[in-house]
Amino acid sequence: MDREEAKEFRERCAQCDAVSWGLTDEGKYYCTSCHNVTERSKDVLNSEAIPNTKIQAINRGLKKRNKLEKGWDWYVCEGFQHVLCQQAEALKALGVGPELKNQVLHNFWKRYLQKSKQAYCENPVHARKRKASVLGSPSHADWESEPALLSDASGPFVESDGPRKPSPPSRASHSEMASICSGSLDGVEYSLRKEKGLVKMAMPTTLALCGLSLLWQREALALSDLLRFVEEGHIPYVNAFERFPEEMKLYGRDKGIFAIESWPSYEDVYRQMIDVATFLDLPRFPAITEDCYLHPNILCRKYLMEVNLPDEMYDFTCQVVKMAGIGEVDFLTFDPIARKGRTVKYDVQAVAVIVTVLKLLFLLDDNVEWSLSAIAETYNEENKEDKPCFDFRKWYQVMKKSFDEKKQKWEEARAKFVWKSKKPLYHSPIDRSVVYKRREMVVNLQKQFSTLVDSIPTAPKNSPSSFQFNWTEEVTGGTCFHGHSLQGILYKKGQSVTTMNSLYWLSTQKFCKSYCKHVTTYEESNFSLTYQFIINLFSFLLRIKTYSLHEEVSLIEKRLFKKKYSTAKTKSSRSRKVRK
Amino acid sequence: MSDFSEDLLRPTPEDDPAETSVRPRSGMCLPWLQKQVESVATRGKKEKDFAQTTSACLSFIQEALLKHQWQRAAEFMHSCLQILEDSDSHKRQAAPEIIWKLGSEILYYHPKSSVETFNTFADRMKNIGVMNYLTISLQHALYLLHHGMFDDASRNLSQAETWRYGEKSSSQEALINLVQAYKGLLQYYTWSKKKKELSELDEDDYAYSTASQNMFKHSWKTSVSFSALVQTPGVWDPFVKSYVEMLEFYGDQDGAREVLTNYAYDEKFPSNPNAHVYLYNFLKREKAPREKLISVLKILYQIVPSHTLMLEFHRLLRKSDKEEHHKLGLEVLFGVLDFAGCTKNLTAWQYLAKYLRQILMGSHLAWVQDEWNSRKNWWPGFHFSSFWAKSDWKEDKALAYEKAFVAGILLGKARCDYQQTRTQPSDKHLRQEGASQNQHNQVTATTARGQPCVKCAH
Repeated sequence: MDREEAKEFRERCAQCDAVSWGLTDEGKYYCTSCHNVTERSKDVLNSEAIPNTKIQAINRGLKKRNKLEKGWDWYVCEGFQHVLCQQAEALKALGVGPELKNQVLHNFWKRYLQKSKQAYCENPVHARKRKASVLGSPSHADWESEPALLSDASGPFVESDGPRKPSPPSRASHSEMASICSGSLDGVEYSLRKEKGLVKMAMPTTLALCGLSLLWQREALALSDLLRFVEEGHIPYVNAFERFPEEMKLYGRDKGIFAIESWPSYEDVYRQMIDVATFLDLPRFPAITEDCYLHPNILCRKYLMEVNLPDEMYDFTCQVVKMAGIGEVDFLTFDPIARKGRTVKYDVQAVAVIVTVLKLLFLLDDNVEWSLSAIAETYNEENKEDKPCFDFRKWYQVMKKSFDEKKQKWEEARAKFVWKSKKPLYHSPIDRSVVYKRREMVVNLQKQFSTLVDSIPTAPKNSPSSFQFNWTEEVTGGTCFHGHSLQGILYKKGQSVTTMNSLYWLSTQKFCKSYCKHVTTYEESNFSLTYQFIINLFSFLLRIKTYSLHEEVSLIEKRLFKKKYSTAKTKSSRSRKVRK
Repeated sequence: MSDFSEDLLRPTPEDDPAETSVRPRSGMCLPWLQKQVESVATRGKKEKDFAQTTSACLSFIQEALLKHQWQRAAEFMHSCLQILEDSDSHKRQAAPEIIWKLGSEILYYHPKSSVETFNTFADRMKNIGVMNYLTISLQHALYLLHHGMFDDASRNLSQAETWRYGEKSSSQEALINLVQAYKGLLQYYTWSKKKKELSELDEDDYAYSTASQNMFKHSWKTSVSFSALVQTPGVWDPFVKSYVEMLEFYGDQDGAREVLTNYAYDEKFPSNPNAHVYLYNFLKREKAPREKLISVLKILYQIVPSHTLMLEFHRLLRKSDKEEHHKLGLEVLFGVLDFAGCTKNLTAWQYLAKYLRQILMGSHLAWVQDEWNSRKNWWPGFHFSSFWAKSDWKEDKALAYEKAFVAGILLGKARCDYQQTRTQPSDKHLRQEGASQNQHNQVTATTARGQPCVKCAH
């Protein structure tokens, strides 16, 4: 009948959800698929047709209220500021110094806004765009158009939950236009914005900024720890938008910007850190000296404890660090300008050092380590009073068991992870009711299934810890190897001590020199089972891919055995004796 | 049913176009296959961890179900429900089915589950995505039947039967028909119960007329429920059977015949031996001419040569006047005995022994040769080995006699392990057995005396 006329009514039918409306004789909408008649009647738009102006007034009144329901006007960068603020708070709660939030991160963020021409600069993007859009109505001042928080430069960081003034009505015309596809004012433009050299904020970038601030402050938190805390939910990341103020409505394009459905990956955030630092033109970072947590010696000590290896190995790791020259301040300190696109993966490197030491001591060729274990075992049986000698086999058995359990738990936790927010995001207002209804449905179903689960496993969230394993004697019942000695696998030779094992093999014989980014590849089946286990264990601890650890090990070996690589490339590399 | 029509209206993914990936709707969960399919579908694009979570979750559920760990399955189910909110609309549309299948399985076995829980679950699932309403209703009804809740199941089906959803209902016509047919099946059940009661009542009883009236009313309703389904191609054995029974009971022979003929001969229907069996039985009850019966069974013979009706078919053929039918009769017997399941069928061997004799007497040696040529390589080992001779002799002497006779004819006495193995212990035995076995003895004797053996005839 009057389908043409009913075209502008785009809501879904309450009965059948179709958007197919017709007009009844009384001017009410009815659904053409289920014949449900709504209470809504067609707004009379043509004022000439109806002389009664009262109706018009009512209509206008309704529209105004709708606008208010939309919430505040806000910019995408404000959203990210909220996220950063939450993350900084969480870090503070984890014990990181308060300067991180108020000085370092805040400064980085200001610098970012400036560099990306969003604020703190002449003619920021928002203003430029505003001028273009409201050309011809020069009634509003420029400063008004800047994101509200930026005009408030007095405080170190605007508190996210602080009182905010509702947006000035002068923005209405703009907000109406922009909010067609996003809740934020510039969501659409933001996702379209592409400029050369611009680092656009995205959720992983927030973590990169946190990582940079931590590095600047030389906090005792490596990148892998940061990401692990994110994964364990100690630092807001997935669904961080849930904690935005009620009035900041998100939908449409905002969904693609703030709602993420992936965990941050180490490589990705690491790349971003470098990119952001370069983009921000940051000066040389504070020096990483030997007393810093991120110095390989300290990290090695930490990871040796973590994986239950004897403390005596620490001497060896220090040796390797020294010989490879990776303990130097210049090598360790991040300088975005001087060292283009390079920084040290502190945690990965430390772990790689431990792997190298294990290779030096036990060779890890599925053979030598077991025969050395046999020696240690007999020694331990004969000398029960002495300090026990480190038995690699026993260690492997203990580690394998704990590692498998841990990994299984981790996999289950990942499979149970709830991605979907309690506050569902929709693409356009038409979808709103559908999305909310679906959400409600899921919640109901979840309730039903949770009654079937025995004692609802709302196990108290693990309190954040930089250690994932606990080897104290009373917990593990005497399987702690920290105090074991390496006596059995070393022997004195004059003044120095040499390892019983005199062989070594290189993880990578030849490095990839092509333009692809990786320097080597890791084909698991080409390596000994023990090596595979070690690599798996450590890459699980850091939540990184096995190949990136393998690569790091190869790189350390490259520094360690420089000569071998440069002189005799063809010669077998298994002949090198370890000098001590 | 009100919501989620967007599932129907918008086949395009609503997420940003970068994630567009056409994925086959897979109801079955084969983790390894799924992974492969996904890597093809995403064309190497990085898959979101959300997808990783859900697929890991699904395989954990699968594992838990296989190990009957219902508790654990329910635990994972709790987080698996988020696939209903997947932003990939293809996956989201496939989700309700997955959730329904897994959820109903868990609720069926879970110790803490009850009929009420199941009902709530089913009712909720019915309203997620209209496309599943009918299937879920049907399965829900079957669940209720399983728990003996006949009336609830029936109510459920009636509700589903009257369900309409705009244009969508037409695409699900087949399902509606199926729902109706199940409804009809339930009605048939009541009907046949009443029929039984009726048969116990005296015809002069006052109650008799009311009861029979009730039955009439029922049958009319039921035939409506069945007729639509029976027209659609498919395998509808239980429905057809009940439908025909009711039609026959009320004397609508033509209707019944039409249904059965259609069911058996319509080419749109999948080949279905039972269709021919039903038709044959019906025609037999109707006392149809032999010619007609033979034509029905001929088709059955082509589909299932080892069917139990084949012996009956053989009898019909034997009685027929046509020579070609006689030849076919032999083929049928050989055909039956080709199957391992029929090797100990005494009647078949009896028939074969008797028929071979009859045919050889009628000097149709060529027929036997025709059949034997393709079997001479394997029948001796398959039927006539000395192993079989021993075991048959131990278990079923009558069978052993028949087989020995057939073996003698087909192989010739000299080359027949079966006969030799048998006769050695049997000579003594036979004498003791006396008159009852005499006939067989004679048969063997005649063979031995030099009736034309197939082998020797070459």
